[in-house]
Amino acid sequence: MVKLTIDGKQITAAENTTILQAAADNGINIPSLCYFKGLNDIGACRVCVVEIEGMEKLASSCNTKVEEGMVIHTNSAKAREARRTNVQLILAEHDCNCLTCPRSGNCALQTLARDLNISSTPFKAAVPENDWNWEAPIIKYQSKCIKCMRCVQVCDNIQSLGIWNVKGSGGRTLVGLEHGTDIMNTACALCGQCVTHCPTGALSFRDDTQKALELIDDPETITVVQVAPSVRTAWMEYYGIDREFATIKRMATALRKIGFDYVFDTNFSADLTIMEEASEFVERFTHKDEYSWPMFTSCCPGWVRFLKGQYPELTANLSTAKSPQGMFGAIAKTYFAERIGVDPHKIKVVSIMPCTAKKKEAALPTLNDACGDPDVDLVLTTRELVHMMRIHNIDAHQLEESELDSPLGEYTGAGVIFGATGGVMDAALRTAYALVTGENPDPDAFVNVRGMKGWKESTFNVPGAGEVHIAVASGLGNARKLIEAIKAGKVNYDFVEIMACPGGCAGGGGQPIKEGCELAEERGNEMWRLDKNMVLRHSHENPEIKTLYNTYLGAPLSEKAHHLLHTDQFGWTMPRGE
Amino acid sequence: MNRLELSTLAEKQASADALYKEFERRIAASPVGTCPVDLMLGYVTMSSAQTCGKCVPCRVGLPQLKKMLEEVLDGHGTMQTLSAMEKLAADIENTADCALGFSAASVVKRGLKNYRDDFEAHVKDHECLGRTEGAIPCVALCPARVDIPGYLALVNAHRYEDAVKLIRKDNPMPTTCAYICEHPCEAHCRRNLLDDSVNIRGIKKVAVDNAGPIQPPMNAESTGKTVAVIGGGPAGLTAAYYLTLMGHKVTVYEQRNKLGGMLRYGIPEYRYPKALLDKEIEYMLSTGIEVKMNVSIGTDITYEELQKQYDAVYITIGAHTDRKLGIPGEEGEGVISAVEMLRKIGDNDMPDFTGKKIVVVGGGNVAMDVTRTSLRLGASSVTCVYRRRQIDMTAQEEEVAGALDEGAVVLPLHAPASIARDENGKVTGLVCKPQIIGGYDRGGRPAPRDAQQPEKLVPADIIIVAIGQAIDSKPFEAHIPFHRGNVVAGRDCTIADHPGVFAGGDCVTGPATVIRAIAAGKVAAANIDQYLGFNHEISCDVEIPAPAACDRPACGRVEIPLIEAWERKGNFKCLETCMTEEEADQESGRCLRCDYYGYGNFRRGRQEKW
Repeated sequence: MVKLTIDGKQITAAENTTILQAAADNGINIPSLCYFKGLNDIGACRVCVVEIEGMEKLASSCNTKVEEGMVIHTNSAKAREARRTNVQLILAEHDCNCLTCPRSGNCALQTLARDLNISSTPFKAAVPENDWNWEAPIIKYQSKCIKCMRCVQVCDNIQSLGIWNVKGSGGRTLVGLEHGTDIMNTACALCGQCVTHCPTGALSFRDDTQKALELIDDPETITVVQVAPSVRTAWMEYYGIDREFATIKRMATALRKIGFDYVFDTNFSADLTIMEEASEFVERFTHKDEYSWPMFTSCCPGWVRFLKGQYPELTANLSTAKSPQGMFGAIAKTYFAERIGVDPHKIKVVSIMPCTAKKKEAALPTLNDACGDPDVDLVLTTRELVHMMRIHNIDAHQLEESELDSPLGEYTGAGVIFGATGGVMDAALRTAYALVTGENPDPDAFVNVRGMKGWKESTFNVPGAGEVHIAVASGLGNARKLIEAIKAGKVNYDFVEIMACPGGCAGGGGQPIKEGCELAEERGNEMWRLDKNMVLRHSHENPEIKTLYNTYLGAPLSEKAHHLLHTDQFGWTMPRGE
Repeated sequence: MNRLELSTLAEKQASADALYKEFERRIAASPVGTCPVDLMLGYVTMSSAQTCGKCVPCRVGLPQLKKMLEEVLDGHGTMQTLSAMEKLAADIENTADCALGFSAASVVKRGLKNYRDDFEAHVKDHECLGRTEGAIPCVALCPARVDIPGYLALVNAHRYEDAVKLIRKDNPMPTTCAYICEHPCEAHCRRNLLDDSVNIRGIKKVAVDNAGPIQPPMNAESTGKTVAVIGGGPAGLTAAYYLTLMGHKVTVYEQRNKLGGMLRYGIPEYRYPKALLDKEIEYMLSTGIEVKMNVSIGTDITYEELQKQYDAVYITIGAHTDRKLGIPGEEGEGVISAVEMLRKIGDNDMPDFTGKKIVVVGGGNVAMDVTRTSLRLGASSVTCVYRRRQIDMTAQEEEVAGALDEGAVVLPLHAPASIARDENGKVTGLVCKPQIIGGYDRGGRPAPRDAQQPEKLVPADIIIVAIGQAIDSKPFEAHIPFHRGNVVAGRDCTIADHPGVFAGGDCVTGPATVIRAIAAGKVAAANIDQYLGFNHEISCDVEIPAPAACDRPACGRVEIPLIEAWERKGNFKCLETCMTEEEADQESGRCLRCDYYGYGNFRRGRQEKW
């Protein structure tokens, strides 16, 4: 331990602690900007500078370690003025039209400038021009980029893709694409981790709320909305409401107020996905020689893009099951359209997803199996859901509960947990076990797959089928390590779940952004809690799923199920980005 | 008013000179990989500031060039901009009244040609090719990519064994490099911005001189693969060491009766004591490398046999034959080659030069080695004859200075014309033609030409020719490609169309430095491992201390102490001693820790494994 003094307060800190951390642990807040705990401590913005007695120069507190006897002043005139100058310099190359910025009110730079009471910058504005493919799901405003490098770090170190790079020379340095000028021609997984880690509005997503309003406002159109599992664990963060209060039923009320005609749940199609994917796994597992191993889950579009871009030779290992979003669209425009007796072309399916990659998934040429139209017409992120609520003057605190619509609003606990890392595996094992043994397992039999560890593995004995070796990874860097280990023959698995975002959809790129915070675990725990409280916790017990099979699809993997619920994973290719 | 007064211009210039000194510092510490287009803008900006303003091409033209460069850098340039720049630069070069103008334009004109790719990338793709590749300048410029800031920090913490272990992650011959590395790492040290580069080799010497015994890391599980290394010099031994750690079975074939290559048969004892070399080799061999001594390829075993017996072959035969002067009288007694002399000394066959007059021909490091060796062997005089100026000698400055300190004489601007011999055929001297220095040759060095002056006889009993080495390609010519005497191998040490055959070191590059040979060994080891179907990683689990918070005031560089010149006469005692602990603490503390600050803590910083 090291004894030191910060702002007159005598504290002790473990050796190798940074000054910033030691101060924070003792209730002293040092302003910072580029710093992100565990991700970025490169001292680029020079905002967190502090004065250390005995030193002429100021030290960046994010990457200077505490030393015995240090006397530190975090807000001396010298530190304060230097910090102010650096923020003013950043503002000189920042587009300060905050009113039209999606991050207005949730921007680290804006907060910092206000905290430092900066109302002008003495420096001549030198704001770079924007040059982007505005149709891409991920948007980069060069004019708002402060070169904090967080996006580079998250893409390099967490996602192992290296889509972003530092470019240009000297004072013209920018953060841009490593390869080319169009993100859609790169190997980008569109996971959106760069967006959720961006302190400003420089990285954003394509905002489709206006298009959603147009669909809703069209009297000829029947709008059907589906809400992904993890959205319900995150949307309330914007309003500061308790997770337990902000039920899906209150969200249903909000979605009706917005004007959607039918409010359904992606949990329903998550259950359906499990029916197909678990059956597919059992089929593959009982015909081992006919398939290449392991079988990979296919519900995460960021992961699918990653695999097809980085390891196209393993495409056949992907489950052919569509994602829950895709299955929902196909069922909504067939089964549901027939049930309510409407022309499926009149139905428009809108998804609320925690994900930026889902926007691209919905636009895939292979997802139009129902009536020829895209199975899903529009994808909104959790953040856009909040925009929609605000546009409609909805006071989230006053929302009453209302039931979801039937039949695509019914779900089990197994459907809820899709949004947490390990959830798909857990749900699939529950049903696969039942398919093989004819008996339901304890729904908590597979707890080993849960939790935030980036790469989990386990072996379960399924009576009658033998030992099943499974692995679960979240974060594409972990996915890469896992695949490399498989390729090197170091590990052997039968079934592998991978989610592109650390923690799964709970930490998705479309989720609300809270500066400096990783909330995937908290949101994931909420899904596990919801599952625990459900009466039905096995997908095959979902009564509406049973009805769907009995009256329409026949059985999992039937011809009809294949046509609507499975996809050709070879039906499109990824740019390699080289 | 008086007619004349003493000029104050010199005083005024003194403050400008101080600023120019800062420019010099910045140039000395220039980051590796900076965009040449952006740098050229800086050059033109300074040139514009220096124009006197009288003449049109310089006054108006240089600022116009500057604008065009800015256009290119801003991404608004076109191919027309580039051709317009070419034309303008040529016109300024041809019409400027004085050198301030025409030299600046000439730099731009040549730059447009030499950095064409960079210019076109800016124009066509709006991409900049130059970029912080060398986030840590010393590491970037070390051919073997040794973790220099890491071991400087460890020495600063007095963790000498850890420092040596960390070096061995990338370079298994730390002692060798502590004594004789040419330290390209120091060239762009960022410390140059403040005072002077860190004495990196000196700190390495502190580490190896103070480290206790160290066990090599455990070898990886045996792969069952076999590799033959032809040549036991630094490149071969380095590859053998890493390949053995990776679990392969390596056999080194050495033509002579001792290992070490040029380290033993080229480097004199006073620079690098053989006892230390033996210890270094012993350490590497302790991993389990098999060695076959006194085996010549083509004589004792055929190349085909080797290829058949082993899964991969690494050729590192070095450059051990001499080059001839090609002048009358060269054949016969009294004229020896430096290579031959140093080889004999390597095998403890010491010639007796007592009272002899020695003439050395050449200006490289080997010439200095034989010069200083001759002095130690009792020569009454040693004269180095060199056809260019002393300043043009390719030997390291300190080697030349050392030779002069010890009593050698340099005779510059004299080209050997013939060897004078008496009626018995005994050498009496070297006949030289005086030279005059003149225009620059293709390599960018001022070239000598005949001064048309009478020839001069430099009296000599023995003439040592040190004008370069060549590769003995004979046994291999039928099997692998050669170009101008060198083996043709890629930067990955592979040989095109020869799967499983690798080559590196002097036999590929021509005579070069030990650290380049070591780097070739490292590269070859990685690629041979991959060729054999593996991906073994070499790493080191030493934790590197974070830098302490401190200001960085200017501080002089500590040099490695030398034994006094008068103590060197007649013996081969090692020239260099070691810094004291206080000196080493100060010197290692001068490191600016580019691994921790700047770009080094972000991207392209520390490489923990390879």
